[in-house]
Amino acid sequence: MDLAHLIALVNANTVIAVALLIGLPSLGTAIGFGVLGGKFLEGLARQPELKGHLMMHMLIVAGLVDAFAAVSIAMGFVLLYGGNPLLHAITAAAKLAS
Amino acid sequence: MASGPLSSGEYVQHHLHHLNFNLKTLSFHGGPPFWDLHLDTFIVSWVLGLLFLGFFHHAARKAVSGAPGKLQNFVELAIETIDGLVKESFHYENRLIAPLSLTIFIWVFLMNFMDLIPVDLVPWSLSFLGVKYFRLVPTADPYLTFSLSITVFLMVIYYNFKSKGFVKLGKEVLTHPFGIWLFPVNILFRLLEEVVRPLSLSLRLFGNLFAGEMVFIMIALLPWYGQALLGPVWTIFHVLIIVLQAFIFMMLTIVYLSMAHESH
Repeated sequence: MDLAHLIALVNANTVIAVALLIGLPSLGTAIGFGVLGGKFLEGLARQPELKGHLMMHMLIVAGLVDAFAAVSIAMGFVLLYGGNPLLHAITAAAKLAS
Repeated sequence: MASGPLSSGEYVQHHLHHLNFNLKTLSFHGGPPFWDLHLDTFIVSWVLGLLFLGFFHHAARKAVSGAPGKLQNFVELAIETIDGLVKESFHYENRLIAPLSLTIFIWVFLMNFMDLIPVDLVPWSLSFLGVKYFRLVPTADPYLTFSLSITVFLMVIYYNFKSKGFVKLGKEVLTHPFGIWLFPVNILFRLLEEVVRPLSLSLRLFGNLFAGEMVFIMIALLPWYGQALLGPVWTIFHVLIIVLQAFIFMMLTIVYLSMAHESH
């Protein structure tokens, strides 16, 4: 296989990997935020006078739920734009061959 | 500046470069990457830190007990809020915690706030001085977030030893949570927990801020109608993220330090 084919192969798989890295965590956080918001509303309905307190704690937990999604998205971006390290083996082999 | 218009990939890549100063070759090029100092992160974080300290110190010096001015009001508000928070969550004797939380919150918030400045403005104006790359947001640099979280990690270790002593700490590590006969498992869990905390603390802040910056860069690639539509939406959301992430970093620091003091 020539060089262009190999690079295209790696890039294609990298794009799929990046799509999974960016898309799947948002699935998790969407479900997480949904459950969180639902519990917040339930607690608020029981005791409306705790509104400020509950909202502050809800936002804290929201930030925590966000965490690993944000990390995965950042890794996806780094892979997509920060120079794909998976191409190094191919470029090194190309340099050796030429 | 580049000759001719950059492709979108090149534009994004250009925005991902730090202003590197290598400490081994003491120059702006070459050298092993381990010794790279991100000069842009370093400068911006120092400037913001000194700004915050100077601001608050000035307000403290000029404090009057009669009719306080606006600056003094704001500083007192910040200090009282954080003092209240610390009193709620931290039940031990330690005079360092409240000033530490104030510093973490305000400093991280100021560094995050740099993300709201238009993404091309500062690098473009600095390019006239010959500076090729400049990333304005220090907290979008993992070097900085890891330095913050490693500092907190070292403090947690120090306070663990200081407030519990070797014997009590040893007992706690060996017997939590499974009892003395499963002590290898206890040690393993404890080590894992202690290592994951600074990792998650720093990566949470880095991930949120880096993703925010990337979305701003990609909005900058859109035509003018796309920018006018998506720009304000993301900016508003990002204002929430900025405050929230600084607040969470501070709360988690307080909680971890409180767990370092407690004894069952």
